[in-house]
Amino acid sequence: MGSYILKRLISAVPVLFGITVIVFLIMSMIPGDPATAILGSYATPENVEKLNRDLGLDKPLVQRYFIWLENMLTGDFGRSFSLNRPVLDEILERFSATLVLAGTSFVLCAILGILAGAISAARQYGLADKLITLVVLIGISIPSFFLGMMMILIFAVKLKWLPVSGMYAIYGGGDLPDLINHLIMPASALAAVATGVVARMSRSAMLEVLRQDYIRTARAKGVRERRVLMGHALRAAMVSIIPVLGIQAGFVLSGAVYIEMVFQWPGVGRMLVDAILKRDLLLVQGGVVFVAACYVLFNIAVDVAQSLLDPRIKT
Amino acid sequence: MDLINWTRRGLIATAAASLLTGTFMTTAPAIAQTPEGVLIVGQIAEPKSLDPAAVTAVNDFRILVNLYEGLVKYAPGTLEVAPGLAESWEISEDGTEYTFHLREGVTFHDGTPFNAEAVKFNFDRMLDENHPYHNTGPFPLAFFFSAIEETVVVDDLTVTFKLNGPYAPFLSNLAYPTGLIISPAAVAQYGADVGRHPTGTGPFKFAEWRSNEAVVIEKNPDYWGDPADTEAVVFRPITDANTRVAEMLAGGIDMMVEVPPTALSQFQGEGFNIVEQAGPHLWFLILNAKEGPFADVRVRQAANYAINKEALVNNVLEGTADVAAGPTPPAFAWAYNDDLSPYPYDPEKAKALLAEAGVESTEITFYVTEGGSGMLDPIPMGTAIQADLNAVGFDVKIETYEWNTFLGEVNPGLEGKADMAEMAWMTNDPDTLPFLALRTEAWPDKGGFNSGYYSNPEVDALLEKARVSTDQEERAALYKEMQAIVQEDAPWVFVANWKQNAVTTDRVGNFSLEPSFLLQLQNVTKE
Repeated sequence: MGSYILKRLISAVPVLFGITVIVFLIMSMIPGDPATAILGSYATPENVEKLNRDLGLDKPLVQRYFIWLENMLTGDFGRSFSLNRPVLDEILERFSATLVLAGTSFVLCAILGILAGAISAARQYGLADKLITLVVLIGISIPSFFLGMMMILIFAVKLKWLPVSGMYAIYGGGDLPDLINHLIMPASALAAVATGVVARMSRSAMLEVLRQDYIRTARAKGVRERRVLMGHALRAAMVSIIPVLGIQAGFVLSGAVYIEMVFQWPGVGRMLVDAILKRDLLLVQGGVVFVAACYVLFNIAVDVAQSLLDPRIKT
Repeated sequence: MDLINWTRRGLIATAAASLLTGTFMTTAPAIAQTPEGVLIVGQIAEPKSLDPAAVTAVNDFRILVNLYEGLVKYAPGTLEVAPGLAESWEISEDGTEYTFHLREGVTFHDGTPFNAEAVKFNFDRMLDENHPYHNTGPFPLAFFFSAIEETVVVDDLTVTFKLNGPYAPFLSNLAYPTGLIISPAAVAQYGADVGRHPTGTGPFKFAEWRSNEAVVIEKNPDYWGDPADTEAVVFRPITDANTRVAEMLAGGIDMMVEVPPTALSQFQGEGFNIVEQAGPHLWFLILNAKEGPFADVRVRQAANYAINKEALVNNVLEGTADVAAGPTPPAFAWAYNDDLSPYPYDPEKAKALLAEAGVESTEITFYVTEGGSGMLDPIPMGTAIQADLNAVGFDVKIETYEWNTFLGEVNPGLEGKADMAEMAWMTNDPDTLPFLALRTEAWPDKGGFNSGYYSNPEVDALLEKARVSTDQEERAALYKEMQAIVQEDAPWVFVANWKQNAVTTDRVGNFSLEPSFLLQLQNVTKE
């Protein structure tokens, strides 16, 4: 098992290296340079040239890439010029906020999705199944940012039950209930689509397993239905559900970009959007590499979990 | 069966529990109003830095002017220069020496004294590449003060700026936020991070900056002047306009600036006040006067007649702007030519001018941007303009660019690429825009913003003369003459002057907007 994990980790290195190249190239190819973004109306060629020099952007592309890579390997992600602070400080602070949001959404979509799928499968074509299928279909079809805006309108503006945006109350907040309060709407909006997908996949995975001979054998032996479903069927179905969860984790992370904009969640997605608009090269590059690294690591974790559940997967 | 029963019970229990905890948790903080004496302002973005020398955005300036003060400031409600940290000043006969007499007994928030040395430190830091703290930049707007040759400390409370030539906008540039004075001791202590530890002399002092959540400033009890009327002000960055409106409606903020025109109607009822103020803003179309149809002045005038500007400001912008008459916004009251009236909407006259010029269904390329500072609603405005121009016989082809890309296309000049481009400017002196964007010497290849290659020696001479004159009346006369000529030459289509707006709840008192687009909150009250 140890060598399997190590092998997977080593194979991630070229992937991450490729990501650094791609991010760097994309950022250097998009039109509009940081100096123009900073100076706005005052971007005379002379001012732009001076500012580029101050920002170290007058060096050739390849040289800049290797300076960046070398610094990053030593843990120095550089300094964001749109926020005037070290890139890594900003990323870590913002990523923890994203982790809270995406993590909650992920747990929500996993629990609710699997539960809904399992119930659907157990009562195939029954009323519960039809109801769940309908809700799931709605969940998958509504764009998350629209759902978010509607939730704000109903629960915050009209009913005043929940705060509109942000992560903590400006005054008198900062504790866990305050955080949960601010988390309810964005986490549910973000989880909606993923829950739907997980529920659908869980349902078909469960149905597949329930058709197997050993389930019939278990029932014939007189094992209680609850144990058949939760013990025998669900555990076997998990092998096909877990990879779906892995994909949904990526989906939740990328979906967080929209949700963070709508709910002004101080996360890494909103950071990246702002940074791209301001052409904050180092912040975009550092942020994307960091998020990509987390995603790669998470996928390795999913594979490892899968191999633990299913001994047939070679390690 | 067993599973289902268990699940049903479980579901009901879970649902009930979450409802209970949900309501329990939500009652307290969500419904609570913002506290008394604390003003919560919805900003449009996270500030970049709170170091006045390092920032360029109005969004950041709105915080800065409450923490810092400059030698001079804009008098309330105007763009005229009034005393700030300097009580008085003298300008030498030839306009190259400005001597300021500083206010006595002023200290920075860190307790260090404000004096002539501190003033010198501030300007040397920005302008002198060998200054020990020049590396705390970059200072993108330092060129506002590039006329300064030397800053001389005469005595503790007297400082003289020696300029490399007469430069009339110098005083109003000093009043611009780039001229706000920061504590030298704080710069020495924090280095490049001083932007996160702002230390000025203003009526509020810095308390806390929670990234992407809030910047909190509180009343400075040791302020030399009248103390602030609120205990604290919280600036919340809310980049999404819809969310900002929702926060305002839900009571999460007390004040928001730059309300989207379409959202204004939601605040017209009880409980809210809408505040408006015209500012030194101009929204215009740059016409390519070097080549193509707009090289002919009659075609440029035709475009001015063909576009229904009333409809643009009333329908597209929902009344948040006025029709512009010429290149200088009326907010520069002393320099504005009242005799000018906007080109009327007259499609027949436009057609006649086009026929006279021999131009028929000519294809023109029109650069439109998606957003950007001061650009208002550029896409709907662009399409409305396209329709108006097509109605008189142009064939307008729109090309849309994201803002930074757009600037990268427009600023180097339109030659060979386009005939027309949207643009907007907000400036602090009537000199700035025409000097940078209408002179022959300001063509893009010479480092200016005259992207449409307008050239009129008369205008050049008037602007050069106004810039070196130290007599405001003489300057005013020169600018007025310039406006009349430029309006006739029509290098641009003059479209709109934006009225900035803000909404407050009725718990906020004594608030008004400034023509400078800054947000002076010292005298604002909050019940």
